[in-house]
Amino acid sequence: MAMLETVADNTALAEDEVQVSEPDAVTGYRAFKLGAFALSRDEYFARITWPAKGQTRSHLIPIDAFLRAMMRDVAWGFFYGWVNFDHVIGTRNYYGRVDLYAGTFNGTLKAAGVNYTENFETPLIMATFKAILRDWTNATFDPFAAPEETGSAFGRKNGDNIEAIERFRIATRRMPGLPDDSPLRNDLPINRQFIDVAQDEPEVHAAEGFEGQLHAFSLFKYLSRSDVTWNPSVTSVCKASLFCPTTEEFILPVFHGNDRVEWFLQLSDEILWDVGDKDDGSPRARITMRAGDICAMPADIRHQGYSTKRSMLLVWENATPNLPQRYESGELKPYPIEF
Amino acid sequence: MSNAAIETVFGSLENYNKGSVEIISGHASHYAFSNIFEVAKKSLPYEKVVVGLNLNYVIETLRAEGQSPWYTAAHDEFAIVMDGEVRVDFLKLDTPLTEGEGTRLAGSVPTGKPMGYVLLKRGHQCLLPVGTAYRFEASRPGVLLQQTIKGPLSVEKWADICFK
Repeated sequence: MAMLETVADNTALAEDEVQVSEPDAVTGYRAFKLGAFALSRDEYFARITWPAKGQTRSHLIPIDAFLRAMMRDVAWGFFYGWVNFDHVIGTRNYYGRVDLYAGTFNGTLKAAGVNYTENFETPLIMATFKAILRDWTNATFDPFAAPEETGSAFGRKNGDNIEAIERFRIATRRMPGLPDDSPLRNDLPINRQFIDVAQDEPEVHAAEGFEGQLHAFSLFKYLSRSDVTWNPSVTSVCKASLFCPTTEEFILPVFHGNDRVEWFLQLSDEILWDVGDKDDGSPRARITMRAGDICAMPADIRHQGYSTKRSMLLVWENATPNLPQRYESGELKPYPIEF
Repeated sequence: MSNAAIETVFGSLENYNKGSVEIISGHASHYAFSNIFEVAKKSLPYEKVVVGLNLNYVIETLRAEGQSPWYTAAHDEFAIVMDGEVRVDFLKLDTPLTEGEGTRLAGSVPTGKPMGYVLLKRGHQCLLPVGTAYRFEASRPGVLLQQTIKGPLSVEKWADICFK
């Protein structure tokens, strides 16, 4: 995930508090409650219900899209700002607490007053999300993979894929490959769509007495062996400046609304970004990025990327903690530069 | 099924294909959209052109051509070669810089012990560790990305490089 590793994973403490049903007699899946939200799945859909205006409101999301979105939200520890699963459902990170919302950032639903938001302690919502992922992900489906790389998410309960959803989380302190830092990926295979990417490493010629003090690695080789899609992972740390490259294929499973400015640098191939208003979702721009293009994602938008070929993207984050308040107060403008 | 080979498209000084910003509402300038190969093509050798700015943090694009001055900083920096081949020489400084942010000139002959060198090709990333001086050398024009903090050598020329 793309954060500095400052928050301990205390999800286990909340596991006992997860509200879960017995498996459904027909589908075999469990249902979950989280505050006033109820979450269940069937052969094709995730179903989320919540109360508003004295009625129970509901929303369906195709289960494959739902599991891909939830996989990212869990792997990223709720990430920065808003993680919209779609145009209705999503989470907002307050770094210690998390909102789950339905329709709150959809202009039409909000205006109708049928939206609902509930705030949770991070360990409780994380433990519940992890339990949902564990139960609803079948043996045939890897929610971290692109569609061409994995099987179906549909149908009745059919085994599980714990290995896929609990991949070892990599935290980089300075740069991968350094002693006591995250490892390189020589043990992972080259992705089928990066089979033409050069695999040679830089030559490091340290003078006598300075062995181990110079450090370089092939970033493109490292990325060519990424076994997941749309998962920014830190590869260099300059104080709060984090380079978080990732490999992208198909559709970013969430519509990310950041609570700060972030930047994208396209390292290879091409991504199209749909950009919408962060608060109500109305479309604002469509951005095409090809190799070498760099652009800012302002703090008042949400974005979702499309990548036909697996591509390399550098996501650049500023992990300074007080940024959301500084953008919300108007001290900082939503866009980074005026010219 | 097609048997066409997989082709991963990277950019270079001589071959890049800049994308686009289609605006529905708002201003294209708010996205500060540029292409690093185009920027490097129009820059002086080792001109540190800011292409990404996040408060005081920057991504700089440098045209690598010939030999650079010696640089140093009071914090770690990183370089990624995006085109060409670059040699980076390192000195362990006798009196390392301890204050300030961003890249500084280390003087024409910094006092320190030679630590060795690194040979970088396209896609290779290198740590430029705090406490050292470093110098780039490229026998043919190439492109470097640097991750650092805005400093006295950082050049901002957004209006020249971005969609408006």
